[in-house]
Amino acid sequence: MSEHAHAEPSFTERYVFSVDHKVIGLQYLVTSFVFLLLGFSMVLLMRWQLAFPGQPLPLIGRLLSASAAPGGVIGPEFYNQLGAMHGTIMVFLGIVPLGVGAFGNYVLPLQIGAPDMAFPRMNMMSYWLYLPGGLLMLSSFLLPGGAAQSGWTSYPPLSVINPGQTVWLLAMVLLITSSLLGSINFIVTTLNLRAPGMTLWRMPVFVWSQFVTAFLLLLAFPPLEAAAVLQLMDRVFHTSFYMPEGLIVGGQLASQWSGGGQSLLWQHLFWFLAHPEVYVLILPPMGICAEIISNNTRKPIFGYKEIVYAMMFLGTMSFVVWAHHMFVSGMSTTLSNFFLVTTMIISVPSVALLTCLILSLKGGAIRFTTPMLFALAFLPMFGIGGLTGLPLGLTVTDIYLHDTYYVIGHFHYVVVTGSLIALFAGTYFWFPKWFGRRMDDTLGKIHFWGTLAAMNGIFLPMFAIGLQGQSRRLYDPTAHLHNLIGQPLHVVSTVSAFVLMLFQIPVIYNFFYSMFRGEPTDSNPWKATTLDWQCPSPPPHGNFAKLPRVYRGPYEYSHPDHRDDWLPQDAEKAVAS
Amino acid sequence: MSAHAAVAAPYENTGVPDGKLAIWLFLASEVMLFGTLFTSYIVLRTAAASWPVGWEVLNVPLATLNTFFLIASSVTIVMAHAKASARDKAGFYRFMGLTVLLSLAFLVVKGFEYGHKFHEGHFPSTSIFYAVYFTTTGLHGLHIIGGVAWNLGLMWWAGRDGWDDRLFLGRVEYAGLYWHFVDIVWIFLFPALYLL
Repeated sequence: MSEHAHAEPSFTERYVFSVDHKVIGLQYLVTSFVFLLLGFSMVLLMRWQLAFPGQPLPLIGRLLSASAAPGGVIGPEFYNQLGAMHGTIMVFLGIVPLGVGAFGNYVLPLQIGAPDMAFPRMNMMSYWLYLPGGLLMLSSFLLPGGAAQSGWTSYPPLSVINPGQTVWLLAMVLLITSSLLGSINFIVTTLNLRAPGMTLWRMPVFVWSQFVTAFLLLLAFPPLEAAAVLQLMDRVFHTSFYMPEGLIVGGQLASQWSGGGQSLLWQHLFWFLAHPEVYVLILPPMGICAEIISNNTRKPIFGYKEIVYAMMFLGTMSFVVWAHHMFVSGMSTTLSNFFLVTTMIISVPSVALLTCLILSLKGGAIRFTTPMLFALAFLPMFGIGGLTGLPLGLTVTDIYLHDTYYVIGHFHYVVVTGSLIALFAGTYFWFPKWFGRRMDDTLGKIHFWGTLAAMNGIFLPMFAIGLQGQSRRLYDPTAHLHNLIGQPLHVVSTVSAFVLMLFQIPVIYNFFYSMFRGEPTDSNPWKATTLDWQCPSPPPHGNFAKLPRVYRGPYEYSHPDHRDDWLPQDAEKAVAS
Repeated sequence: MSAHAAVAAPYENTGVPDGKLAIWLFLASEVMLFGTLFTSYIVLRTAAASWPVGWEVLNVPLATLNTFFLIASSVTIVMAHAKASARDKAGFYRFMGLTVLLSLAFLVVKGFEYGHKFHEGHFPSTSIFYAVYFTTTGLHGLHIIGGVAWNLGLMWWAGRDGWDDRLFLGRVEYAGLYWHFVDIVWIFLFPALYLL
């Protein structure tokens, strides 16, 4: 709302170094989708190696450098690099920036009736730290020795010894700073920029989910930043924070390090971030689902307050469950028991959230729009992801399942068929708001059914492979006789992964085609109640021509006294039919 | 940042200025950052086979002098804020200048300490104790440098028009909050490294 004498903004000001939350949101959207695609491509290379170990990659095998893939066959070091970068990119450069940076940035100010974020320039800086951080992370592939290859968890002492890790750490510092600025911005905006009448208990669930997420980012990331600084010191200045005494590397004593440090310390610090991070991955998508489900069942969301309280409880508890990732690390069994109990406790609000969303369907006249299909798929898929996590949270079963493909299956059900599916739902849902046009429904449905089937084809076999006992870190599963039985399932998984890639073509085409040629819509095509749909599509700079006033809660659908089946938050009173 | 300042009044809000909320949130994240470092210190020290006695290997008189510098600078920055609130520009310059000088004095003394340690052949890689010492005091030193830059920026800004408006006073206050935090970190670091 800079109405001071301001010349027409230049192209750079408007689209590159923009301070408008909507442009920044779309920048995040496009960038994070590109990173998701890159991370997905990397895993396709890995999947090929897992299903057909030792066979040259078709088509692109020859294009890879001889050191990474001699004769077109992915080498073990390159495989490890792909694994580490796949995890890092998907989590820190894909899903989180998409859920928070893109959807949060674009939708949150609209939903609370704000003209922009509280600190627009800081918002721009968040994006311009995120992008260089991501590019730096990617560029590490070009380094001598290649990218980081110690997994996205970067456990020392391996990570301190392996090449590529320094750039990983520097990129992470950029990304952490970016998300720190973003989280401060989100919290202040939510607290201080709500339109008149938008009390906390009238905020849509999506806003609550972003609000809780911002606190997790604010408080969980700094410990990783500190831990990353210590690891950087270990690598660059040869301190021994994580390096134990008398470490033997390649048959020789690692004498550059004086020793005396604790490798386990990193694991604790890392998971202190990375468990809250799981809720950063899942809470915004849950918020998106709540919006879409309420809108498409044409009834208020079931248990609005329960959902909000469950989110707050989840957020708080997520800080005291981290060591359930470390049951087999050799830490004290008393500690294991503590974390087992907290883990069982944290599953209660997760189930409560999901139950509220499922019960919201009851008695609704459901509209099976494309976004609704994705949101509906989220419910059972995230359910599978959550329930398969229980055996991992119990120490006894975890000892067997730890570090097997079962774990991979579990968290991909949460993050891919859960978060990513919901983020697709959000993309189809808010697309008309971004561009004033609708995405094509037929292509959307092709994308939906193909994606859902392929995703299950990839991850369902992993449970079986894992239960059969196969380690998740193997470069060549067929090297061990006892793994051969699971090999056909690896092939199923790999073929499904390539099918999934094919089924992303409709959505990419649909996105760009609909941006320019899609069916034009009015400002509220879904007949929604929240404020984001009460302003023009796309909203002008400053969003609302007139400051909206809010009179009621966010989900007044099928209001008995109102002539239409939706009553916007800013409508002064119901109009009798 | 001042974009919506003119229309801030009608919004539902906490009554706390945006900037103040932001600086407190930032400090909360900083508490987590240094909290992690202190936790690591405790974990590493309790597990270490041997740990030197701080006052036998580090220079306690110099650190005490530095503690004095920092505490004094916390007082002067409060005075600078008081002078700015009273529209006393010369007084603001005097006390903010003093704050910057005291911070620089801290850095110079710290530099001497570092130089002396390097001269004696003690580097971060020497032992886990020196690793902790150099990393924590180094990060703290970076925070001091950041604070000096911010305070110098405020002095530059005071020379411009509108130096006595609400926004400027707010920034002086936030600089003070940040500075007190950096001070408190040192109050913890000093005994943890030098005295225990």
